[in-house]
Amino acid sequence: MVNMILNGLDISVEEGTTLLEAAKFYGIDIPTLCYDETLSPYGACRLCLVEVGEPGKAKLFSACTYPVREGLIVKTNTKRVIDARKMIIELYLASCPSSKKIQDLASEYGVTEVRFTPKNDECILCGLCVRVCEEQMQAKAIGFIDRGVNRYISTPFERQSEDCRLCGACMYICPVCQARCQGPREEETICNACLNISPPCLEKYDEAMCYMDPCVACELEKEPDE
Amino acid sequence: MKKAIVLGFEVPRGPDGVSIVALLQAIQDKYNYLPEKFLRRAAREMEVPLIDVYSVAKFYKSFSLVPEGRHQIVTCTGTACHVRGSEKITEEISRTLGVEVNSTSPDGEYSLKCVNCVGACASAPLVIVDGEYHGNMTPLKAGKLFAQGAKGKTAVS
Amino acid sequence: MAPLPVKFKTKEDFLSFKQRSIEQYEKNRCYLAVCGDTGCSVQGSKNLYDQLEIYLRKQGYTENVKLKCTGCLGLCENGPLVIVYPQEIFYQRVEPEDIEEIIEKTVIQGEIIERLLYSDPVSGEKYIYGRELPFYKSQLRNLLEANWKIDPGSIEDYIANGGYAALVNAVTEMDPGAVVEEIKKSQLRGRGGAGFYTWVKWEECRQQTGRKFIICNADEGDPGAFMDRSLMEGNPHSVLEGLIIGGYATGAQEGIVYIRAEYPSAVEKLKLAIDRAEDLGLVGENILGSDFNFQVYLSIGAGAFICGETSALIASVDGRIGEPVQKPPRLVQNGYLGRPTVVNNVESLANVPLILRDGAQKYCRVGTEKSSGTKIFSLVGKVNNTGLVEVPLGITLREIIYDIGGGIKEGKQFKAVQTGGPSGGCIPASSLDLPTDFDQLSSAGSMIGSGGMIVMDDETCMVDIARYFLQFLADESCGCCFTCREGISRLLEIVKEISDGSAKPGQLELLKELAGVVKDSTMCGLGQTAPNPVLSTLRHFEEEYRAHIEQKHCPAGVCRELITYSIDQKLCNGCGLCLKNCPAGAVTGNKKEPHYILYDKCDKCGVCTTVCRAEAVIKQ
Ligand SMILES: Cc1cc2nc3c(=O)[nH]c(=O)nc-3n(C[C@H](O)[C@H](O)[C@H](O)COP(=O)(O)O)c2cc1C
Ligand code: FES
Ligand code: FES
Repeated sequence: MVNMILNGLDISVEEGTTLLEAAKFYGIDIPTLCYDETLSPYGACRLCLVEVGEPGKAKLFSACTYPVREGLIVKTNTKRVIDARKMIIELYLASCPSSKKIQDLASEYGVTEVRFTPKNDECILCGLCVRVCEEQMQAKAIGFIDRGVNRYISTPFERQSEDCRLCGACMYICPVCQARCQGPREEETICNACLNISPPCLEKYDEAMCYMDPCVACELEKEPDE
Repeated sequence: MKKAIVLGFEVPRGPDGVSIVALLQAIQDKYNYLPEKFLRRAAREMEVPLIDVYSVAKFYKSFSLVPEGRHQIVTCTGTACHVRGSEKITEEISRTLGVEVNSTSPDGEYSLKCVNCVGACASAPLVIVDGEYHGNMTPLKAGKLFAQGAKGKTAVS
Repeated sequence: MAPLPVKFKTKEDFLSFKQRSIEQYEKNRCYLAVCGDTGCSVQGSKNLYDQLEIYLRKQGYTENVKLKCTGCLGLCENGPLVIVYPQEIFYQRVEPEDIEEIIEKTVIQGEIIERLLYSDPVSGEKYIYGRELPFYKSQLRNLLEANWKIDPGSIEDYIANGGYAALVNAVTEMDPGAVVEEIKKSQLRGRGGAGFYTWVKWEECRQQTGRKFIICNADEGDPGAFMDRSLMEGNPHSVLEGLIIGGYATGAQEGIVYIRAEYPSAVEKLKLAIDRAEDLGLVGENILGSDFNFQVYLSIGAGAFICGETSALIASVDGRIGEPVQKPPRLVQNGYLGRPTVVNNVESLANVPLILRDGAQKYCRVGTEKSSGTKIFSLVGKVNNTGLVEVPLGITLREIIYDIGGGIKEGKQFKAVQTGGPSGGCIPASSLDLPTDFDQLSSAGSMIGSGGMIVMDDETCMVDIARYFLQFLADESCGCCFTCREGISRLLEIVKEISDGSAKPGQLELLKELAGVVKDSTMCGLGQTAPNPVLSTLRHFEEEYRAHIEQKHCPAGVCRELITYSIDQKLCNGCGLCLKNCPAGAVTGNKKEPHYILYDKCDKCGVCTTVCRAEAVIKQ
């Protein structure tokens, strides 16, 4: 076991785990976009940033890729972390407002303004599809092509890959395809609908009866103004 | 140097045998581009997934997947060249020859590329035509360099 | 050439070979050193060398007058350079037409040819001997000195000048721990950018067991810098010797040189050097009869700046795309092929033989307390003496730019000097007295980096420079982590808006905020330092940014959307040169009458300004 300090708490976790897993185990929520339990971590979305190190010398690292170590001091909710996350969410919103997951994150973190020109890119290059295809489906039909701002995900020679079995795992795991947010229109990027309204069931029953995510009732409620 | 023969190409060998990057370099050197056929063969021979070969071929700047022009024109856009005005030179060449940056003219005659520093910054800005370096360029000189070339003759130096 | 010996088995073999090499070297005291470095070849030194060879052969002088094609001699600006030995007469801008005179007059009769001498751009004073030039006088050329004396292709030359003695001594007399100890005493810090103590990495690696690797980082992706290239082209054996010593000290039996493909000539020189060292048994099995084995491999880059970052470099050597991984685990634990790996820069390694040869104590005497030794800078841009300079760490920027560099070209005003490449920043005139060492430059928002030093005058726009570096980084980022890819592209978007005048007020604040987050939240060094060019220019030149946003004016006259060209009707004499040369066809006018520029056609290339003899073109 490895002993370390997480948000001021002395904890001990199993060797070989990551900071993200350790935090999860202790019930601390860290947002992620490119992480999946069944896949190897990739550290691409940068949402899971946490502060690691002595006060004054601490640096931000992605929790999903950081292995636990004896004596580490980790903080998951400092101003520095939250500010960085907010900016990252704002960047995500500007480039991909159609992902419900991103919209939800924006609501959660109170990001109410986007100061960048909206882009409506579909892919956020989290790489979940590439990893699921390789690690779970053993297919390796897709990969990252090109680099820098031009990076995209594709098949060899941009044609249907011989290795693809059309299993659909890539679509299933995609945080953008999975659940689409229909809220924002072209010129605006923030929807802020689902997470910010109180479920209609609350008015009737004093407690929410619905465990659906997204809440169907809420979705229905929205319909009349569409 | 330690070498190995793979698919008929002489490739430098590393501590872990031949790397796919080294093999693709050998192919690029010989054909001036990476034909799809060879990429497929390379994947089979080296036992790596085709997507990895393709993504390496697209990641590195020195690889090209389409045939390059008979004349290779490279302008340096490194910092030293930039502060001495390389942008205008690239534009001038692009205009004189009718080639976009990082592409090949339709007749297959010229390819125009930009690189970041060729290490001869003292003579900035630089243009390299078919491996021959031309230093202290100005848009005017650059235009003249290709004035004849554009009329159908080969590039002059 | 000395006869090819069999592999050295003992120290004595080496010493007797060295003796023979020295004798050979002394015999050929009369020679011409022609700079064959890429910098001078651009200016025609290859042809000059060939012509010299032909001339010497034709005249039958080959026995008495030797020719040497050397590495970079330093003052690239005035190339091609030729130095006549044994007197060490320094000729610059030599043309093939000068050959006969040089041989017949200078070499045979010892006469000086005035016209080929270097004359100071400011004082006009002429200098005969290289060492006396102000450019060289203020330098301390510990690493580069050998470039003047040796033929990079000849291992005999290198050995005759003291080469490989350090390696032989280390392998036969010292144990690896003692080598690391000596490096520790020398306080050598990595020259690749971060300034990390070399001995720390070596010691950690030495402690590990099993298969290990040492990699020489010769990727030199920093645009505008060519120190590493010149070392490899001019003195490849010094780098190789450092690498082998590093292997011995760390216990790595395999060394890899990762070199960028844009340096074809350095690749050739290095290949040759490795082959020659193998011939002599300085690389291979049981080096000098010891049980130390060391193999060297060459891995050639394929054009990606990010591959200079150590973990991306390792991915690239392994044949994968150059994507960095987050550290920890560090490379000394988990590097190439999952084994302990040390990565060192070319110049760091070239320092190693010097330290072992002269002793750490002597080495430490140069430089400052925390930054010992010398550092090579490539001094380029708008400075009079562009070229390669080597100075003790800690001398001021002013000394480098004014004493060595001879000041700003065409008497213009100094504005800033950019150091550290895309990870560094611009240092304004007010900070010119900062010492160049690893810690001080960062206080001005820049860093030494690998050693590129680009001097800018008042015709350089700082917004444009920030835009340039961001564009560079946007293309060169691997694109894996979001804040680097998207962050840089958004920074670029804002800076572009500023430079074309469409930025809204408040963009500067957003720029600063975003820059801070990008710096803090990306995975590897590329992203973490990417905002530096923006932040440092903002810090020192905020006024210039504001002028772009508020007055829609580019003070340096660079940002195209904000400038217009026009012709002064009074000054124009109607010569028609601008009309003839304008590539956009934007000039009209009758002969002998003042011309006009058609604004909608003008694409602001500035050709008219350069051709106009009447200085009638106005840029606003
Ligand atoms: C984006 C990036 C590019 C780099 N490029 C180079 C390079 O071209 N050459 C180099 O020696 N070091 C480069 N480095 C620094 C290396 O990562 C590393 O610090 C260095 O090679 C270590 O050697 P040293 O300790 O001898 O300096 C780069 C770092 C980053 C983050
Ligand atoms: S979840 Fe850690 S970086 Fe994406
Ligand atoms: S910047 Fe162009 S050669 Fe270095």
